[in-house]
Amino acid sequence: MDMFFQLVINGLAVGCIYGLVALGFVLIYKAGEVVNFAQGELMMLGAFVAFTLIVDFNLNYWLGLALAVLAMAAFGWLLDSVVVRRIIGQPQFSTVMLTIGLGVMMRSGVSIVWGPETRSLSTPFDQMVFQVSGVMISPIYLSILITTVVLCAILALFFRFTRIGLAMQAASQNQLAAYCLGIRVKRVLSSVWALSAGVATIAGVLLAPISLIDVNMGAIGLKAFAAAVIGGFGSITGALLGGVLIGLIELFSAVYLPEGFKNVAAYVVLLAVLVVRPQGLFGTVGRKKV
Amino acid sequence: MNMLQANELSINFGGIKAVDGITFDINKGEIFTIIGPNGAGKTTIFNLISRIYDSSGGNLVFNGVDITRFAPHKIAGLGIARTFQNVELFEHATLLQNLLVAQHAHHTTRMWEEVLFLPRVRESEREIRRNVEEIIDILDLQRYRDSIVHNLPYGVRKNIELARALCSKPKLILLDEPSSGLNVEETEDLSFWIRDIRDDLGVTVIIIEHDLSLVNDVSDRVMAVNYGRLLALGSPEQVQNHPDVIKAYLGG
Amino acid sequence: MRFIFKTHYDQDIDLFPHAGAVFWYSLLAIAAVCAPFFLDPFYLGELSFLFIWSLAGLSLMVLTGYTGLISIGHAAFIGVGAYVHAFLTRNGMPFVPSIICGGIVSALAGIIIAIPAIRMRGLYLAIATLAFSAIAEELFVRWETLTGGSRGVAVPMPVLFGNELDGEVGFYYLCLAVLVICILGVLNLLRSPTGRAWIAIRDSEIAAQSMGVYLAGYKTLAFATSAFLAGVAGGLLAHKVGYLTPDIFTPILSIQLLMLVMVGGLGSIRGAIFGAIFLVLLPTLIAILRDYLPNAIGQQPALEPGIFGLVLVLVVLLEPQGLNGAWMKVKFFFSQFPMYKNATFKRQKTYMRTERLQ
Repeated sequence: MDMFFQLVINGLAVGCIYGLVALGFVLIYKAGEVVNFAQGELMMLGAFVAFTLIVDFNLNYWLGLALAVLAMAAFGWLLDSVVVRRIIGQPQFSTVMLTIGLGVMMRSGVSIVWGPETRSLSTPFDQMVFQVSGVMISPIYLSILITTVVLCAILALFFRFTRIGLAMQAASQNQLAAYCLGIRVKRVLSSVWALSAGVATIAGVLLAPISLIDVNMGAIGLKAFAAAVIGGFGSITGALLGGVLIGLIELFSAVYLPEGFKNVAAYVVLLAVLVVRPQGLFGTVGRKKV
Repeated sequence: MNMLQANELSINFGGIKAVDGITFDINKGEIFTIIGPNGAGKTTIFNLISRIYDSSGGNLVFNGVDITRFAPHKIAGLGIARTFQNVELFEHATLLQNLLVAQHAHHTTRMWEEVLFLPRVRESEREIRRNVEEIIDILDLQRYRDSIVHNLPYGVRKNIELARALCSKPKLILLDEPSSGLNVEETEDLSFWIRDIRDDLGVTVIIIEHDLSLVNDVSDRVMAVNYGRLLALGSPEQVQNHPDVIKAYLGG
Repeated sequence: MRFIFKTHYDQDIDLFPHAGAVFWYSLLAIAAVCAPFFLDPFYLGELSFLFIWSLAGLSLMVLTGYTGLISIGHAAFIGVGAYVHAFLTRNGMPFVPSIICGGIVSALAGIIIAIPAIRMRGLYLAIATLAFSAIAEELFVRWETLTGGSRGVAVPMPVLFGNELDGEVGFYYLCLAVLVICILGVLNLLRSPTGRAWIAIRDSEIAAQSMGVYLAGYKTLAFATSAFLAGVAGGLLAHKVGYLTPDIFTPILSIQLLMLVMVGGLGSIRGAIFGAIFLVLLPTLIAILRDYLPNAIGQQPALEPGIFGLVLVLVVLLEPQGLNGAWMKVKFFFSQFPMYKNATFKRQKTYMRTERLQ
């Protein structure tokens, strides 16, 4: 039973990371219909930047994290305004290829700048261990859960109450109409990229104590992608739930199923979901109007 | 003789009844126009006939065959062709290729024969091309024959869509706002062509149209719809003088 | 400027539009056949590689360039073909039936992935292929009797009509023959109803359907054809590398293939060949480039994928029609010489066109 709870907690935590990266996908997709295959790489880059600030520059953990988020947000903004904006209106294939290309570039850039070796990032709550009715809960996992919940609450408030949040929603519903109403659509799109890169950085830093920081960290992007699809791609809650679902299934299959299933669990679930509900669990059927 | 019968045809999107129990029939060889304000459900009726949507009630009978639950891709084979409101051409193909696709429902060659391009395939290709060239002649499209459709002007693209529909050897053709975006001259050409299609090719025509002069010019019968319901059905004058139709257009 | 005066429908049906094309392609064919007499084995080996890449590119071109379906997991199909072919060859099956079996098994895999995928649109489909390739990769590691696991498996020489095919020259001709046969097959399909149905699906599903194209059927067919060609390419690749390990068939290979079709130019067979040439030449170019860069960057192994990515980004941004598009422009420039307008190929500015998944 202990093991079961342990797995649930760990699965939830890992799932939250997938969910956060997936959330980044969804934000960008909803805003500009760009499918960002480089989201995992944004997360990796964010983790490396945070590592440099915290370990190499010896900054306070929280300050380093905040600066990393800001730096990555600026990077996301630039990425959109310099590169991605140019292909709006081109077929979807172009956006897929563009973001795949960007992801590969980021990966090789990181490898050139930081070198191929892995790093570990210690957190302020590494040494603590909680015990709740006999179950050991590592604070690393707990911190992931709490951060995710807080972050989501902030995002929900942001979208509901701030001007820029509302503008993002408007632009995602109808760009032309939003433009006519005086919303600076280009700027909004760039800020969505900034937001998404910031969230990815937080996900990367949260993940660091579990999986170490290395160049191939971005591979998580694929699982997060699966999460976003399972969640229906248009829905932020869906993305988080999809992430949690995949996290749980992955950890349970590592324990209860033969070796090797852990690696493909996410994809098997993804295919199964797509067979049963091609629009994802929370998606609605979109249909082209003629 | 009835070519197409719609009985109590309905469809709901969520709670909205886009088409609400409409009954009408189309006679063989007539030009039948559907009019109505925007959002009245005209295109939805077309989408139901071409089976893009599943109806939620009623049935459709075409030449004695119940097509209410027919597979969408088999509709063309029965002899129903259509055009689309916002031109749906195969943009990155040439005009010729666009028209050749329209013969798809009638192709008889198998894939393995095509891989080897057996003489039989060549013969069938020639046959297909003969049909297509006839339509190109009728609609005066020779000079665009090998152009990529994407780069052609709007009026031409509309004609290509008409040509493509005709290339599938239809018995019934559905034209969704054929005159929208055309200039006066092009609209005049269109009204001649519509009559030619009926008189020379023997194709029954259903049109959705807003241009009332065109409607009066070509139609044998007119059906007015609003809010998914039938308002009036009859000769063009009857329908245009019908009080409900006037109310629907002028409000009040 | 060339005007083609058409007097017969066969002029549209034939593979070559005019006598000039026949001439140039014959010249190319003669050059390809004579190459072994002039080139040394290293370059011949590179040419075989080029043919295999072209075949793989052709396979993805059928799916992505002509049917408009994105596959981000094409490496898996190549892998399936390679392992099946290697397995059958080891068990003594001659080359021709064995490579066809490899292709067929790969095609079956394509059909299996297509069955859930055909109901999905654009992106979901791409993601399904991604998931499939991740699963296949794991399978290559785990199914040791067939694949030898992560240790890998040796591939014997191809046996053609009872003779073992040894050496570069024989293999060169083999690859050339397979490639030419496959290109002809695809070209034939493209000038028949099947190919036109694919193009129709690419450009407008809804119109294709109303013209009588059975969407699910033709998408599955495109998947099967593409996977078959990928499987055949995999079989050739198995001989070329001589030793199969799962890390050949990683997502990197899939991305390289996507890059191949993108750089070559979507929607043209010529593009697949151009893309393959580019992909074969690029590592050499990068090797030259390394000498000009400062050591800190120039000697990094990560430089190569980085440049791949950069090329991809630049192609998408600057020349979405790829090398084939550039080729057409050059041809157009010379054929129109004094009248060439720069605006002819200017990209139209468009609003965001929605292909939203919701």
